[in-house]
Amino acid sequence: MSEFFSLLFDTATPLGWSVVTLLKVLGFVVVLLVSLAFILLADRKIWAAVQMRKGPNVVGAFGLLQSFADFLKFAFKEVIIPAGTDKFIFIMAPFLSLVMAFIAWSVVPVAPGWVISDLNVGILYLLAISSLGVYGIILGGWASNSKYSFLGALRSTAQMVSYEVSIGFVIVTVLLLAGSMNLSEIVEAQAGGFWHWYGLAFSPITLVMLPMMVVFFISALAETNRPPFDLPEAESELVAGYQVEYSSTLYLLFMIGEYLNIVLMCSMVTILFLGGWHAPFDFAPFTWVPPVLWFSIKALFIFFLFAMVKAIVPRYRYDQLMRLGWKVFLPLSMGAVVLVSAWVVFAQGGA
Amino acid sequence: MSAVIRFVRSAFLLDFLGAFALAMKYFFRPKPTLNYPFEKGPLSPRFRGQHALRRYDSGEERCIACKLCEAICPAQAITIEAEPREDGSRRTTRYDIDMTKCIYCGYCQEACPVDAIVEGPNFEFATETREELFYDKARLLDNGDRWEREIAQNLKLDEPYR
Repeated sequence: MSEFFSLLFDTATPLGWSVVTLLKVLGFVVVLLVSLAFILLADRKIWAAVQMRKGPNVVGAFGLLQSFADFLKFAFKEVIIPAGTDKFIFIMAPFLSLVMAFIAWSVVPVAPGWVISDLNVGILYLLAISSLGVYGIILGGWASNSKYSFLGALRSTAQMVSYEVSIGFVIVTVLLLAGSMNLSEIVEAQAGGFWHWYGLAFSPITLVMLPMMVVFFISALAETNRPPFDLPEAESELVAGYQVEYSSTLYLLFMIGEYLNIVLMCSMVTILFLGGWHAPFDFAPFTWVPPVLWFSIKALFIFFLFAMVKAIVPRYRYDQLMRLGWKVFLPLSMGAVVLVSAWVVFAQGGA
Repeated sequence: MSAVIRFVRSAFLLDFLGAFALAMKYFFRPKPTLNYPFEKGPLSPRFRGQHALRRYDSGEERCIACKLCEAICPAQAITIEAEPREDGSRRTTRYDIDMTKCIYCGYCQEACPVDAIVEGPNFEFATETREELFYDKARLLDNGDRWEREIAQNLKLDEPYR
C-alpha cells in the first residue's frame, strides 16, 4: 500500500507528476474560490463603511455567507441568451475570461515552493495571459450583438491594451533589479528586511522604484477595470458595458474572472514590490509568521487599497484615461527603465 | 504658480491621500444604518399607510356611506355602493379600495366626517399578486379592528393640529 502511494506521489514518474500537479491545481482553485467569496464581501463592506453603511450583514454572522447566497442566486437563475447573439461565442466568452484568470495563477508563488509551475519566464507568461484575458471581454461584447456591450468591450480593450504597455515597462525595471524572470527568484531577490530588497539599501534608485510601484498599482486598477477606470461598465453611459446581455451563471463566470484578476494584480504588486512571502522585517516576531500568511497579508492590504480607491475616487473621463496611460505613465516608466538599467550597469556593475 | 501647485498635487497624489484620510475617518464612524426588518424607524402620527375602516366602541361601523371619500379621491381608487339597512340606517354594501391605484394622499381621511376611513401606520402589506391589493369592505374593517389601538392613539395625538 505504501509502495502504491509512494509511486502515486513520486513526481519523477509521469503518473506521480500528474497526480501531484492535479492536487496542487485543485488546492489553488479551492482556496482561491473560497477566499474570493470573502474578498468580494470585504469589497462591499469596505465600500459600505466609507459611506457610513453597514453593508451586507444578514446572511450568516456579519454577512459572511452573503457571497455564497449570491452564488446560489446566480446559479439558479435562468440563462437568457438574447436573439441575434452568436450563441457559441456568447457562451464561450465568460468561460474564456474565467479560464484565463485561473491559469494565470499557475505561476504565482505564494510561499517558497508553493507554486504549481515554477516557470523560468513566469512574468512573460503572466503578461501573455493577461493580454489573452482581453479576448473574453471583447468576444463577449461582440457576441452579445448589442451597442452597449460592444462599446463597453471596445473601451475595455483599448484601456487594457494601453495600460499593459506601462505595466510592461514597470515590470522591466523590476526584472533589471532582480535579474530573473522567475517569480520565485524575484521574490528571493527581496529576502531580508525591506531595506535589503533588490540590494537597494536606501540607494537613490529607491526614489525611482517607489513611484514605479504607484504607477503599477494605478495601471493594475485600469487593467482590471476597477474604479476609477471602470469606463467599460460605466452604468450612467453603458448600463453595464460588455456584460449587459449576460445573466445567471454566465455573468457569474465573468464576475469571478474579474475578481480573480483583481486578486492576481494584488499578488503581483506583492511579489514585485512588497517582497512576496518574506517578512518586511527580518527579525522576530515578524519571522515567526508563516510565509504564506505574509503573502496573504500583503496581498489583502493591496486589495484594501483597491477597495478604498473604489470608494473615494470618481470615474475618469475616457480622454483623461488615455492621457494618463500614454502621456504620463508611459514616459514615466520608460524613463525609469533607463534610470534603473543605468544604475544596474554603473553602480552595481551587473547585467 | 497655481499650475505648479496643481502639478505637485497630482504628481504626489496629494488629493488622493487627503481623500484617503477623510475616507478612513468615515470608515470608523458609527453607522446610521437601520437594520430594517429587525429595527424600524419612528413614524409620525400623521403617517399615511394602509387604509382601515373603523368601528365605534359599540362595534357599529362608523361609515355612513356619504361617499365624500369616493368623490374626493384623486386616483379614483375608492368604489362605494350603499343601501338602507334593515334598521333604516344608511350603510355601505360595498366599499372597495384599489390599493394599486391609491396614491396615499390622505384626502379620504380628511373628507370623512365620522373618522371612518383612515390611513393607519401599517406600511408592510406587500403581496405576491396584484389581486390581493384590491381591498373590499371586509378586509378594510378587519384592518380597522387590527390597528384600532394605534389608529386611535395617532388620531388623539394629531387632534390639536387638525
